[in-house]
Amino acid sequence: MNPTNYLYISALLLTIGAIGVVVRRNAIVVFMCIELMLNAANLSFVTFARMNGNLDGQVVAFFTMVVAACEVVVGLAIIVTIYRSRRSASVDDASLLRR
Amino acid sequence: MPESVLFWIMGPLAVVAALGMLLVKKAVHSALLLAWVMITLAFFYIAQGALFLGIVQIVVYTGAVMMLFLFILMLVGVDASDSLTETIRGLRPIAITAAIGFGGLMVSLIGRASLGRESVGLDQANAAGNVEGLAYQLFSTYVFPFEAVSALLITAAMGAMVLAHHQREVPRSTQRDLSEQRFRSGSLATAAGLPGPGVFARHNAVDVPALLPDGTPAPASISETLRTRGDMIDSSQFQLDQVNTEVKEEK
Repeated sequence: MNPTNYLYISALLLTIGAIGVVVRRNAIVVFMCIELMLNAANLSFVTFARMNGNLDGQVVAFFTMVVAACEVVVGLAIIVTIYRSRRSASVDDASLLRR
Repeated sequence: MPESVLFWIMGPLAVVAALGMLLVKKAVHSALLLAWVMITLAFFYIAQGALFLGIVQIVVYTGAVMMLFLFILMLVGVDASDSLTETIRGLRPIAITAAIGFGGLMVSLIGRASLGRESVGLDQANAAGNVEGLAYQLFSTYVFPFEAVSALLITAAMGAMVLAHHQREVPRSTQRDLSEQRFRSGSLATAAGLPGPGVFARHNAVDVPALLPDGTPAPASISETLRTRGDMIDSSQFQLDQVNTEVKEEK
């Protein structure tokens, strides 16, 4: 099978994740959509590693996973902190600087 | 051949689950759909010769990251921010149009681009085993990024601890303080505490309101969380004049 098909799936998942980041209002769902985009990029890396016949792409995907784990830890801590002070997990409610 | 069967079954399922993430109302359902997308991606990794990454995907992403997400969802609670209503007018059509443009661009780009040769495949790179090959790369070419990532992990753990640390600004109110507060508030009706749910009514479930002596339901007896979640049974069916006394006593 042609590995390019995986790239199409990856592009679709990235696009869907981007829509989710813009459209959804719950901060945790927005965060999950970011994870979806990172995963889509990982699929591209793994596919490119296979197309080029070396393992560099897989190493980069591995690093992406580690960075994504760090990002989840800090991001969820920020969401919990915001929830503690504002009693809401909606991205629209954290608008103190706009007023 | 087995790979294309796997791809054409799992690929559409992954895209449908990702679309479902956008459309479902509850954040918990979104999380479960995302876990499914991640498992699908693990299948794709293993099918493409990335055995180690496939296992790591399941262990780290569906195991650790998604559990963390669900844990925070339960901690933060399910509230009205789950709603799908549009708060910025015209945002949704613009976002979808832009996304279709972006996705179309990406897909047409991938369709036209080529490596200038056939894809090589990982048979040679994986000759000594996928894990061994990755380990060799990681500890030779990529040893400095590897060390930097370890520093990043430690920093992230420290950051999470600093953010989660909570210092009390006012001293915790004692039982005596709370009692005085109840007696000095406007009404003495709740001086002995709020009524428990379902007491003296036909049910003792937590989502059924207690009945007052005159037969009206007491909304204060239901936990606030259940009310915002909308998990409360309609209380009117428990009013004294509404209750059907014909039916046999419930066990």
